[in-house]
Amino acid sequence: MEARMSLDVARIKADFPILRRQVRDGRLVYLDSANTSQKPQAVIDAMAHYYENSNANVHRGTYLIAEEATAGLEGARAKVARFIGAASEREVIFTKNATEALNLVVKAWGRSHLKAGDPVVITELEHHANIVPWHQLVEEIGIELRWIPVGPDGHLDLTDLDRLLDGARVLSFAAMSNVLGTILPIDRLVAAARAVGAIAIIDASQYVPHVATDVQAWGADFVAFTGHKMCGPTGIGVLWGTEAILDDTPPFLTGGEMILNVTKEGFTVNELPWKFEAGTPPIAEAVGLGAAVDYLESVGMESIREHEVTLTGYALRTLTERLGDRLTIHGPAEPAERGGVLSFVVDDIHPHDLTQVFDQYGVCVRAGHHCAKPLMRSMGLGATARASLYLYNDEADVDALAAALESAADFFAF
Amino acid sequence: MPGLEDLYREIILDHYRNPRNRGELESPPAHRSEGFNPLCGDEIVVYLAADGTTIDDIRIAGQGCSISQSSASMMSAAVKGKTVAEARDLVKAFKAMMSIHEHELDGEDGAPEPAADTPELKLGDLEALRGVVKFPVRIKCATLSWNTLANVLNEIESASSRPQ
Repeated sequence: MEARMSLDVARIKADFPILRRQVRDGRLVYLDSANTSQKPQAVIDAMAHYYENSNANVHRGTYLIAEEATAGLEGARAKVARFIGAASEREVIFTKNATEALNLVVKAWGRSHLKAGDPVVITELEHHANIVPWHQLVEEIGIELRWIPVGPDGHLDLTDLDRLLDGARVLSFAAMSNVLGTILPIDRLVAAARAVGAIAIIDASQYVPHVATDVQAWGADFVAFTGHKMCGPTGIGVLWGTEAILDDTPPFLTGGEMILNVTKEGFTVNELPWKFEAGTPPIAEAVGLGAAVDYLESVGMESIREHEVTLTGYALRTLTERLGDRLTIHGPAEPAERGGVLSFVVDDIHPHDLTQVFDQYGVCVRAGHHCAKPLMRSMGLGATARASLYLYNDEADVDALAAALESAADFFAF
Repeated sequence: MPGLEDLYREIILDHYRNPRNRGELESPPAHRSEGFNPLCGDEIVVYLAADGTTIDDIRIAGQGCSISQSSASMMSAAVKGKTVAEARDLVKAFKAMMSIHEHELDGEDGAPEPAADTPELKLGDLEALRGVVKFPVRIKCATLSWNTLANVLNEIESASSRPQ
């Protein structure tokens, strides 16, 4: 059956120079976009153009290129704000990555608002970035960390949600699992948090690159994501927050740029969003992220999501048909309920051995615990191999994975 | 597997498929130590029974990839019946083969040691793991059980040096 592709993937592949690279006598088959995405020529060019023409520090120079640099940074902020449906650019804070964005929330808002015994609710499928900072508040303040369990189908088990949220101050969860691909019931979770007066924090690192996002429609307090998973460069992430909660949050990192005034006696913080951006920001990276947003919008987020649902369905069918009972794919079986993240194991073959063989075929797939050890443990898994799809992947990439998988399974067969 | 002959030697696959000394020992009296590879989630538990200075028995538990499992299996066969001092020399020799010297290892002694100090020991089957060096990511897989063994040996030595 010919799957209907709404994207011209051959044309999209041509936008990504690295996908023309030959490795080990074959083409590069990149299936690790949940880890980091590849970058289109437009992003690479935008960053090079900035360095070649406008490189200067921002918000202080009175000369032309400094104005251009500032316009590049703030222009990127405006693009990101529009891309995620923010009410204003004041709500968009540039960080180093999603991990720093979540640390900002936990350490600046959490430390100043939470006290001993306050319940904070997270889920079992969180990335370590949404676990470890909370563990630190358990140690420092004595907050109580509660966990929403994950069922064998890869969906949250919400049976005890009311009890877990009883008295909660915070509900913090991933919009999409980086291991299982599960899309969480975002509206229901935010509404449940609201109902008990808890703030809602969403780690949207795996969601924003793949699905059209409207942070105001979600109605959460904070949303964190990163640039490098959405065709942008490394070194830049985003924290979105409502103006109300950002005004009520003390600064995180402090120093230059985040102040209005400094005297021998103290300091006055800058306005939003610069209050949270101490030091020289990642200017070229912001320019690159802005170009990535332009690129994704030019393709269309609805088309990207539709393509990934179709391709995920193709991958689930193809791998299951070719590997049969030897293969177990974790996470929701229904493509519409998940992203293009496929975690799997074959027989008792360790994922490290699988992906080592894949590498001989130029197939890039991650093996390990994917920075989600509590989830792996609750599922009884030591590690999985994880193939993840993006707009530049097609059926030929999935077929290459299936062929590499068959080869590896035969090689390690007992 | 073309391109991977140096990594997946037949003897390695044999130890992976038929691991030697797999299991547990009651601890105490056996010494026990756990090792983790945070990169891939591999976990190794080494149980070691030593009467005085001789390693009477060793068992390996945990889970991991073919390299970490076969390395642990070969290690267990190599040190069983050896003295603690001989086992320590084997650890050193194996790590030297992996191009690692003591001072580079997490939580190890700390003092840099000249390569010339490395004992010239017959590594036997363990030589099959030499090819791992060409795959830098997998060196940690091969050395996981050896680092864990080194921890057990430290424990035995500090216990025996304690005044009775």
